[in-house]
Amino acid sequence: MQDSISFFTGFGINDLLFLGEAALKTLWISALSIAIGTLLGTFFGWLLHEGKLVASFTIAPILDVFRSVPLIIQLVLFYNFAPIIGLNFDPFASGVVILTFYTAALVASVARGGIEAVPASMRRASRSLGISYWQDLFYVVLPIGGRAVFPAWIGVVLGVMKDSALVSVLGYVELLKASQVLITRTQEPLLILAIAGAFYFALSYPISRYANKFEQRWSK
Amino acid sequence: MIQIRDLHKHFGDLHVLKGINLDVNKGEVLSVIGSSGSGKSTLLYCLNNLEQIQQGSVHVDGINVHAKGTDVNKLRQKLGMVFQQWNSFPHLTVLENVSLAPRIVKGKSKGEAIAMAEKQLKHVGLGDKLKHYPNSLSGGQQQRLAIARALAMEPEYMLFDEATSALDPEKVGEVLDTMRLLAEEGMTMICVTHEMGFAKEVSDRVAHFHQGIMEEIGPPEQIFGAPQSEHTRKFLANVR
Repeated sequence: MQDSISFFTGFGINDLLFLGEAALKTLWISALSIAIGTLLGTFFGWLLHEGKLVASFTIAPILDVFRSVPLIIQLVLFYNFAPIIGLNFDPFASGVVILTFYTAALVASVARGGIEAVPASMRRASRSLGISYWQDLFYVVLPIGGRAVFPAWIGVVLGVMKDSALVSVLGYVELLKASQVLITRTQEPLLILAIAGAFYFALSYPISRYANKFEQRWSK
Repeated sequence: MIQIRDLHKHFGDLHVLKGINLDVNKGEVLSVIGSSGSGKSTLLYCLNNLEQIQQGSVHVDGINVHAKGTDVNKLRQKLGMVFQQWNSFPHLTVLENVSLAPRIVKGKSKGEAIAMAEKQLKHVGLGDKLKHYPNSLSGGQQQRLAIARALAMEPEYMLFDEATSALDPEKVGEVLDTMRLLAEEGMTMICVTHEMGFAKEVSDRVAHFHQGIMEEIGPPEQIFGAPQSEHTRKFLANVR
């Protein structure tokens, strides 16, 4: 019997490329959100540390919202309601905005922890040399506190990278969305999810290995 | 010259310094003794504006330390300070610990800053540790590192806040020797200390603080030989 219209086709080499491309998109949206979110979060962390009272009434509750509401809800709400106030973001931009704030909310507590990890006596000693407040932050607090919370920050990075999969609900074709497309077509969920998982692993593993190397170098 | 006039310092309800009047001349070594909580460390912090004051004034070479327009970062370059806890920067080598401030505060070139750091580290006997990280040094060595770090800013005064109190007993000697060396070189020093031997031997004058008041000040022979104040007599009797 002649093949009828074949609705489902098998997994081919082109599909692997398709997944690879999607993995790069995952990497790109994560890298962008993590980079901006880390800078923003560090600033928030500094605000939390410096302006204890003011910050605890202003940004702290907002950060709490971003930290506690599930990311998928944040994404859907933002994507659907931002146009109402005139922000017409495509799925990618919406994803970046929400992932950035989500990262910033997580990094803020990490950054505050880092600042608090530097003993007051150390900062007093550095100030006694004539080092200014900002120089002290940059040359003393950042390197010492940064190292103290580096493992926690790496945890945030890996977490956000995996959570970026949720941007797929907006239709942005990153790794998870690409897998769903292929599963629909090939009906081979096991194979494709395994490959997608392998891609996620390939993105995360070098980061955690590299992080380990840094930590070892610092601890000697 | 350091001039302290009617200095009052409160921590909340606690009246820590109750009207201190004191002049410290260039080239002088002043030791400040007294029991814990007598306000002697706080006095040091008031000299370089690490603490605010509630009344009175402090002038260093004519600069009003707590006046609004005073550039405290510039002022602090005049006053090197060594703390009880040595506070070495753990992420920097010994050499970088000392060259950091000359580079970023004084704007010296990297070469000049390193040359200055090397000179001061040799001065305190750490010339062979330049590339080490502080955590491989003993407490005594780290405290000498802290002294070199302060000296690299070429201060005109050195303030020591119980510089040997946190050290293991066998490490106290090397730090006191370094302090003695500085005194012999003519550095103006104010040493808050519990080391009575050092105070007796090295100081030009010794001041005894008791409950926020400067109870007695005079040459070591007077303070240790024939103290005028009843409190000073009691304090010294308990120390020895």
